[in-house]
Amino acid sequence: MATTTEAATTSATEAAKAAAGAAAHHGGGLPNPMHQFEIIRYVPFKLFGLDASFTNSALAMVMAAALIVAFIWYAMRNRSLIPSRVQSVAEMAYEFVENIVKQTAGQEAMGYFPFVFTLFMFILVSNLLGLINIPGVFAPFTSTSHIVVTFAMAATVFIGVTLIGIFKHGLGFLKLFVPSGVPAVMLVLLVPIEVISYFTRPVSLSVRLFANMMAGHTMLKVFGAFVGALGIVGGWAPLLFMVPFTGLEFLVAFLQAYVFAILTSIYLNDALHIHH
Amino acid sequence: MGPEAAKLIGAGIACIALAGAGVGIGNIFGNYLSGALRNPSAAQGQFGNALLGFALAEATGLFGLVMAFIILFAF
Repeated sequence: MATTTEAATTSATEAAKAAAGAAAHHGGGLPNPMHQFEIIRYVPFKLFGLDASFTNSALAMVMAAALIVAFIWYAMRNRSLIPSRVQSVAEMAYEFVENIVKQTAGQEAMGYFPFVFTLFMFILVSNLLGLINIPGVFAPFTSTSHIVVTFAMAATVFIGVTLIGIFKHGLGFLKLFVPSGVPAVMLVLLVPIEVISYFTRPVSLSVRLFANMMAGHTMLKVFGAFVGALGIVGGWAPLLFMVPFTGLEFLVAFLQAYVFAILTSIYLNDALHIHH
Repeated sequence: MGPEAAKLIGAGIACIALAGAGVGIGNIFGNYLSGALRNPSAAQGQFGNALLGFALAEATGLFGLVMAFIILFAF
């Protein structure tokens, strides 16, 4: 893959692959845990000079979207008043996100519910797709374990929420950075701190999801390599740790989607109701 | 000391940040448990806030881990 080193969006993972690949080729070491983040182009093509190939990351995202749409469509095809079991699951997902939006941002923010629901379901399914491994049929790939994907989502949330606040309050939006009841002397120090902490929101939102996914899945691969390396004799020990840890990774996948959704709602609440 | 050795040492030092994550997460759930033992009926309603606090505390530790990865792989 000589052309992989030039793609700007995947430079970190490729540097990881190159560095770790060069280090691991010392005669039958453990398999490289960073290989799972490698971007493979299935259909290379360029758009306006930018690399817009259809990669395994794009495939994972398309699969996530298709799974969500297919599930909701299938669950709601009868729309019965008394839900069947599958429809109950879809209704539970709906009510779960509805509770998040209503309790943090209020009833009038329900206009933004489709956005928060899409974010929650997409992140949840993308996280879970990295944990399902059907050997020979489906190799797991977590599209949210790349900072470019999570940063795109976080930047969308940040820019969207800022624009919503500006369109709703005009210049009064700047009152967000001025907490009430603070003496004017402290405001000189406090307002820059508030502005800086506002601008670190997309960074923290994206890095939280990215780091959780990358670190978690790397640990899974590392302990899996231990199980394989120790074989029958000693392989039960890391396996004993792997089983609950995989369960923890399922919990983390769900929790990170929940945290992304609830922080989006909190930022939305900050923009819609500016009262510090 | 070559750059490769310096990278490894730097990545190791950057991982000390995860100690803060451990302290923060233990703090959150410890307080949640002590509050839940005093007022069990109100515990379920605040569990969502406990999870939110856990994720935020873990995030700062993971920022340190990301710095370790950047030092190790992107320089």
